[in-house]
Amino acid sequence: MEILYAIFIAPFVEMGAYPDLFIQALWDGFVAGTLYGLIALGFVLIFKASGVFNFSQPILVVLAALSLVSFYQMGVPAWISVILVLIMFYALAWLVERLILRQLVNQDGNILFMSTIGLTFIIIGAAQWIFGGVPSAMIVDELGFPNGSLEWPMFGGGVYFEMIDVSAAVIAVIMIVILAVFFSKTKIGRGLRAVADDHQAALSVGISLNQIWVIVWFVAGIVALVTGIFWGARSDVSFALQIIGFKALPVLIIGGFTSIQGAIIGGLIIGLGEKIFEIYWGPLLGSGVEGWFAYVIALVFLLYRPQGLFGDKLIERV
Amino acid sequence: MFYRETGQFKSKYREELAAFPLAEDKVGIAILLVIAYVFIPIFGIPGLSYEFTMGAIMIPVFIFTITTLGLNILLGFAGQISLGTGAFMGVGAYSCYKIMTIFPDLNIIICVILSGLVTAVVGMIFGLPSLKIKGFYLIVATLAAQFFLEWAFIRVAWLYNYNDSGGIEGTNKEMFGLIVSGPQSDALTRYFIVLTLLVLLTWLASNVIRGRIGRSWMMIRDMDIAAELIGVRPLTAKLSAFAFSSFYVGISGALMVFFWLGAAEVESFDVSHSFTYLFMVIIGGLGSITGSYMGAALVWVVPVLIKEIGKTVFGFDAFVMENFSIIFLGVAIVVILIVEPHGLARLWQITKQKLRLWPFPY
Repeated sequence: MEILYAIFIAPFVEMGAYPDLFIQALWDGFVAGTLYGLIALGFVLIFKASGVFNFSQPILVVLAALSLVSFYQMGVPAWISVILVLIMFYALAWLVERLILRQLVNQDGNILFMSTIGLTFIIIGAAQWIFGGVPSAMIVDELGFPNGSLEWPMFGGGVYFEMIDVSAAVIAVIMIVILAVFFSKTKIGRGLRAVADDHQAALSVGISLNQIWVIVWFVAGIVALVTGIFWGARSDVSFALQIIGFKALPVLIIGGFTSIQGAIIGGLIIGLGEKIFEIYWGPLLGSGVEGWFAYVIALVFLLYRPQGLFGDKLIERV
Repeated sequence: MFYRETGQFKSKYREELAAFPLAEDKVGIAILLVIAYVFIPIFGIPGLSYEFTMGAIMIPVFIFTITTLGLNILLGFAGQISLGTGAFMGVGAYSCYKIMTIFPDLNIIICVILSGLVTAVVGMIFGLPSLKIKGFYLIVATLAAQFFLEWAFIRVAWLYNYNDSGGIEGTNKEMFGLIVSGPQSDALTRYFIVLTLLVLLTWLASNVIRGRIGRSWMMIRDMDIAAELIGVRPLTAKLSAFAFSSFYVGISGALMVFFWLGAAEVESFDVSHSFTYLFMVIIGGLGSITGSYMGAALVWVVPVLIKEIGKTVFGFDAFVMENFSIIFLGVAIVVILIVEPHGLARLWQITKQKLRLWPFPY
């Protein structure tokens, strides 16, 4: 009985007794969820445009944050460093297209996926070699983001909103709107959708596959940079971010591999779900459940909707 | 000329279906066994010290070959992708540790095999989602296993007998009057035990794969719906693949801790190791037993040699060489995928074909 009480009643009593803590947990979950969603967005962009399940997106986030900080530490002004990072990502996108993807055209999806794991290792080794493996702080102030926090008194307590988290949420929303417009209204966006639909048909109407791939990897790089800045602000910039990046996989499962809004909504479900579970149910199991709970949520979703919330329905023929 | 079937007549179907139908294959395997059992223990590898040969190359390569065989059964033969291999090795290691604590007098080989069975059960449980989901989605299910088990290895103190270090450690174990495991055991004894287990497990795997179960795995891999239509039950086929694969992985995990490292913590079983094992399978060749050997050897030995040569010959520091070997792994996998997506095993097949026709290729 006691265990049932601890599972089914005590957490809700606690939520009701301290609503300010509950709202704080919701906000933390919301911010984490936005960032998971941003990483997942990078996956979705590349999957939509080339059918490549890009496993290296988390390491791209690490690379973006790490190189940004390192450029700044070398004495480059903050905004120039951002531009340098963008140039670097364009070069990387071009190299990936030229050296890896172009060689693997028409290969099975599994092979492309595994090649991005190889790419992940190359980036890990190179980034550690060049930038070193020491964790460092993100240059938030230098980039002009507001710091400090808002305190909002309620229910006899108070809820803190870190300014950097607020800006993360705002910028995430802006970026999703821009990407949605880019995908649906511009010529390149139409090209991307055409390539995703059918490689050969797209080629036959004169869309350059290679160019599209460079663009989409570059856009994924920009998303990685934004994610890297805000994630670096929440914790240190280090390779540990990569493990957090794996959380984008359950997000993808929930949101579907091909849906931009699905990535964000999936991110929020995972972020909120794991935060609430960690705070209210975690102590029952001994803390640290955040590490795996996201995957359990995803598994539960998979059992009922294998294609995700917004994913295309899978049709199999024999 | 070196390799031809001309003149080797089969008079029974059994001979036709044998594991090594050609005399050259039998001779080749015999030579390899003699090298492994006689030459390496006596002479070592030329140019490398005895300690280094045993401790850093031969024993780990054999252990990782067992891991790779296990993962290859799952990924290459049954087509179920898994990123939880590292954690399943952990299950093997921790359960072996628990079995040794509960039954201190039990023979260590039996402990290792029992821990393989425990891992098989755990693998089957985590393989259950594979009945419903497949492909990339299964990666998430196996990552769930990976992170959940890692968490359990830290949080469930019962697993490491509530000791302060939070790790597991081997003690001296005797068998026939010889210390076979633990800090005082001789590398050579451990080498022979690991080698013998590897040979037995390879023999078992090659026969199971040629048999009814193995063929049902391959049918599921090639097209699961079609396999179902002609009467392969996905439940038994997939779960048996998970169980069999986890059995191998668990044994290799137990061997890794008690016959090689001596002690281990949760870091030895983390997700980056899972990737390394995946690399061994891909580089070696999906769905090939020979490939498992080659993949494990290449992925393990080359970075070790790079580090060793970089340190002793060129005097680079360890950090640089570590990164260099990571880059090497990444480049190797990309190049292999571009040049020959079926891995080293396919290259070996091509070589065999060339040898068969040499010196008169048509």
